[in-house]
Amino acid sequence: MENTKLKSPLQEEKTIYENIASSPKFIQMVKSKNKFLVPLSVFFLLFYFSLPLLTSYSNILNKPALGPISWVWIFAFAQFIMTWSLSMIYVRKANQFDQLSDEILNDFQAEDKGEQQL
Amino acid sequence: MSIVGLVFFVAIVGLTLVITYFAAKRTNTASEFYTAGGGLTGWQNGLAIAGDYLSAASFLGIAGAIALNGFDGFFFSIGYLVAYLVVLYLVAEPLRNLGKYTLADMIHARFEQKKVRATAALSTITIVIFYMIAQLVGAGALIQLLLGIDYWIAVLIVGVMMTIYVLFGGMTATSWVQIIKAVLLMIGTVIISFLVLMKFHFNIFEMFSDVKSATSHGENFLNPGVKYTNPVDTLSMTAALVFGTAGLPHILMRFFTVKDAKTARSSVVYATWIVGIFYILTIFLGFGAAAFVGSENIIAANAAGNMAAPLLAQALGGDMLMSFVSAVAFATILAVVAGLVLSGASAFAHDIYGEIIKKGNVTEKQQMLAARYASISVAVFSILLALFAQKMNVAFLVSLAFCVAASANLPVILYTIYWKRFNTTGAVSAMLTGLLSALILVAVSPNVLGPEGTAIFVGTPLFPLTNPAIVSIPAGFLAGYIGTVLSAKSDARKFAEVTVKANTGFKG
Repeated sequence: MENTKLKSPLQEEKTIYENIASSPKFIQMVKSKNKFLVPLSVFFLLFYFSLPLLTSYSNILNKPALGPISWVWIFAFAQFIMTWSLSMIYVRKANQFDQLSDEILNDFQAEDKGEQQL
Repeated sequence: MSIVGLVFFVAIVGLTLVITYFAAKRTNTASEFYTAGGGLTGWQNGLAIAGDYLSAASFLGIAGAIALNGFDGFFFSIGYLVAYLVVLYLVAEPLRNLGKYTLADMIHARFEQKKVRATAALSTITIVIFYMIAQLVGAGALIQLLLGIDYWIAVLIVGVMMTIYVLFGGMTATSWVQIIKAVLLMIGTVIISFLVLMKFHFNIFEMFSDVKSATSHGENFLNPGVKYTNPVDTLSMTAALVFGTAGLPHILMRFFTVKDAKTARSSVVYATWIVGIFYILTIFLGFGAAAFVGSENIIAANAAGNMAAPLLAQALGGDMLMSFVSAVAFATILAVVAGLVLSGASAFAHDIYGEIIKKGNVTEKQQMLAARYASISVAVFSILLALFAQKMNVAFLVSLAFCVAASANLPVILYTIYWKRFNTTGAVSAMLTGLLSALILVAVSPNVLGPEGTAIFVGTPLFPLTNPAIVSIPAGFLAGYIGTVLSAKSDARKFAEVTVKANTGFKG
């Protein structure tokens, strides 16, 4: 819709992307997104790699847990539970971010139209 | 081959051709060809992603690996599943928002230079070719076993079928073949697992204690370490599994077949459930095959264990179930190779021909023509390679594809989305370093150089690990960082555009 503005030869003029990117609401959204994504990503990677690390460097998971089933199978199953839970948590959280991003875009589109009318 | 078996095969081939016929009517533009016009719903695409994922390697390969190596085989199931979290949390939505048909599109959204697109296309093509040869060689061997026909005829049949799907039905046909196959595969797996459980009187504890005496590994069968004894190699392999998925071109391409990031997100969640349940069931397939087929019979049919699942089906359900499972395995191979042809063709026709050679000045008709020529070329080229690669170890080719995907594609994807300072030099050096280090380290690994009978060539390996991911993935990240820091240019304005697009889906 605003392609002419993007290709503007005036380098000083900010693009609509820069305007959005520097808006407080957008900065806040990216911040809270990272606050959600980074710790959980670190967590699931640590949880995942702890399995091969434990099986490679110790025998602790070979101990029986439930009858004939040893801890390594319980830990492996926990990886499945983790994946399913984290994917559901992600969707719930991402839907909230959708609302925020819609708000931000609506603000700017309204502003844009205002400018065009001037 | 029994009459029942033949009926199942003909039914599957017929069904997929009917799908292709209807899909062909809806495949008139490049967007429809590459991405089914972005018209798939969340659950359709979720099933199709699951379908792409449950390749012959995971259906036949993991069942066999668990049957022969116990817990060590289950590492694959865990790694492939957790990989979805990497895709969902870090890659899926930004990729959907930034790209059009290919991975190169997405990186190009930030760095508008030909060399970036060319490098991305190169790594896509490399991965597709390794993965494709693995699937075709596996398919040839499998169909040879199942139908009793010659290897080269089997490869040709698969090759011709995949070309027909892609050529006429594009992504729509490929997706629907994928969806139907995923449903059939789940049905087959649930039936076999149910029969296995029934044999153990629906008692999981009984199953676990019985398999302890079922194999020559004894109690160790249930413990890790039967196959993977080198800790660093185990870590390297598990790293390739979890990071490779997020760089596989035919999986990434699936995110462009839905209308927006929200749908891409929901499709990953559907896929996570389907694939997760399937991977849990691989325990029943593997244990069942170990207990009721026996490792000697499994190895006698195929040294890598690929026949474990069909043999188990025969042991539990007779010829009928065996034929059904074999036909589903056949459909699995067809669907996955069709997806691979599409992603290879998109790199040639869209990235190299349309965007680099023609600079984007191509008509709809030219794009379609290029896409179809590219599909035929990719198909013919891989069929020829597969005919010569009959003796190659398939598992090694698959792990190589995963390793290249993780090393060449994942660093550049993450940097492009999340790192403000990242620039063109960094992008090209990350991709080339990841690609070359993976290829070179594999070329001098124990898989390629080793004592007679264990490797492709006789010799001494120069690199100790069979899977180089633990070195080549960090190398890709490091090269991207160094390349960026040593070169001055970085475009804050462009990054603002990329962040806004990635986070909101806004297209100004």
